[in-house]
Amino acid sequence: MKVVLQNLTKIFPSRNKKSGEEVVAVNDFTFEIPDGKLIGLLGPSGCGKSTTLYMISGLQKPTAGQIFFGDDDVTELPTESRGVGLVFQNYALYPHMTVKQNILFPLQNLKGADRMSKTEMLERATAAAKLVQIDNLMERKPNELSGGQQQRVAIARALVKMPRVLLLDEPLSNLDARLRLQTREEIRRIQRETGITTIFVTHDQEEAMSISDMIVVMKLGVLQQIGAPQEVYDDPHNLFVAKFLGTPPINVFEGTVSGGKLIIGEEAVLDVPGIADQEVYVGIRPEGFVPEDNGPMTCQLSSVEVMGRDSSLVSTHAASLNPLVRAIIDSDIKIDPAAETVNFSLKPRKVFIFNKETEERIYFEVN
Amino acid sequence: MVDSKHQWKAWLYLAPAIVLLLIFTVWPIFNTVRMSLLEGYTTMKDVAGVSFNFGIGNFKNVLEYHGFITCLKNTILLCVLTVPISTFLALLIAVALNSIKPLQRFLQTVFFLPYVTNSIAIGMVFAAMFNMIIGGGVRPDSVGIVNNVLEAFGFDYVNWMNVGSEYWANIVVMVVYIVWNALPFKILILLGGLQSVNKQYYEAARVDSTPRWRVFTKITIPLLSPMLAYVIITGFIGGFKEYSSIVGIFGEKMGPVGQQYSLDTMVGFIYRAIGNNEGRASAAALILFGIIFVVTMINLYVSKKKTHY
Repeated sequence: MKVVLQNLTKIFPSRNKKSGEEVVAVNDFTFEIPDGKLIGLLGPSGCGKSTTLYMISGLQKPTAGQIFFGDDDVTELPTESRGVGLVFQNYALYPHMTVKQNILFPLQNLKGADRMSKTEMLERATAAAKLVQIDNLMERKPNELSGGQQQRVAIARALVKMPRVLLLDEPLSNLDARLRLQTREEIRRIQRETGITTIFVTHDQEEAMSISDMIVVMKLGVLQQIGAPQEVYDDPHNLFVAKFLGTPPINVFEGTVSGGKLIIGEEAVLDVPGIADQEVYVGIRPEGFVPEDNGPMTCQLSSVEVMGRDSSLVSTHAASLNPLVRAIIDSDIKIDPAAETVNFSLKPRKVFIFNKETEERIYFEVN
Repeated sequence: MVDSKHQWKAWLYLAPAIVLLLIFTVWPIFNTVRMSLLEGYTTMKDVAGVSFNFGIGNFKNVLEYHGFITCLKNTILLCVLTVPISTFLALLIAVALNSIKPLQRFLQTVFFLPYVTNSIAIGMVFAAMFNMIIGGGVRPDSVGIVNNVLEAFGFDYVNWMNVGSEYWANIVVMVVYIVWNALPFKILILLGGLQSVNKQYYEAARVDSTPRWRVFTKITIPLLSPMLAYVIITGFIGGFKEYSSIVGIFGEKMGPVGQQYSLDTMVGFIYRAIGNNEGRASAAALILFGIIFVVTMINLYVSKKKTHY
């Protein structure tokens, strides 16, 4: 099921009537989520990603705009009739029911032609439980399960009625680091197996990048960029997106463009044909640095961290906006940790230039 | 574990409470048991140095005493009628209060008012509502508002509580009064329980298109079951101790004029035995204790099976 959001806006009225400050949680969203894909809504807290999810579920009403499932306008449809599956951040499993009763619950609500026989229901519930690999825990109560198991039960409960759209609110935030890695792969697998259009919310860019077919980056209620994870990583449209994606994060410098050359500090570090002379922000991905003895960019070397496959060169630079400049290089390249300075040449495709006022990307020609 | 060096401090802080409990709770309980086992015990004779036989004569005396069966029957009947009715009504009102937004605070206060009002005063108001003052002639001069309402719906007047009134009418008055009096506390507890239920369960139920009735029976009631159990158990305990409400409406004679003590209860029985035959009073108190104990155990057993998590 394709999901289309059209000019979707959510304004929360001010809590304090005197100051009258309303909060625009979601501001004029328009995008299309293709059928059968796994989509990550990504952004820092307060960016409106959960609000967007709840509007898709119908638990919150949009202030303006429309939501379509396929060609159906569901904007005015109450949650009950939307046929979505929703996994809450805290799972919201009914504590007094066993796993089996929890998973059966949505099926028992079905009416009319959709109503199944008891054996059918049980088969469906068992199938859903098998899919998330909890079929051996059917008689347990939620408080007898680990966080990861509860999470799977919540997914099974959301999946069992074959929802048109599956929504997950911060599905991994309550899990420990190891379980998180494992569970995100599970979500990917379950989504592939069922082919249900799945939208999940996260503030963890790594999580979103690793499993999504498409990520939607948001900031303060405004859509920043939408695209395949690699695409967005390689081609951020503004400084926020560039900074938000990637571990270690992108290195940001203050610089100037003069005569088609990018100048950071005193050094002309890169040819940037096609950009008018101006002050700019420069984002350089950690993997965009190539150590070269006579490279144009000089940094003060602090330390070399060898991590097996790669090495991380930690250095400082007067024009850097981050306290440390981090470069990831092949560990075959030997750097003397005692050296005072290190020189880099830059990979043009890993260097992004942003307007200093608008923080929008300024493109230059790459040969 | 408190360091043994500092243990005396803990005891020191506990001492006032312990002393008061020993004097006003532990000793009286112990003394009640003692008095109940001394046949024909009265304080006056005890002070005068008379000795009593040790035995279960007081208990026999209670069971054979005229009026005891009436007291037991009235107590149990009022309990069995009022606890389910008041719990059910309190649940309905709490759910209704919880689901409305405007006036919620105001209505909460209104429903809580009986709790902070003197029960004797309320009793007098109820007595006025059900009362019927017989004047000369065929028609009464004045009837209570309840009979006015009955009349408006085309029913005959009922003699609720005056001379010659029937037992069932008296019981109806008592049930209405006790239920009304018991509601505020139960509503308070259940409303508190409802408000502490995580809203996400209801959102999850909505996402799964759960019909309202099913949300109520499958989610609200089970999640509220610990509070319901509490309300029912304390309701039964309070019900078995019913006394002041009957005095409030029917006066100290505990019945309509001419039918004295027809609405007597266990506590009434105990109260009147004090100062007359403390042995019998103590034995009756222990019998009441036994009944409450057994009923509470049954309640706890059932609620363990029925309440979830």
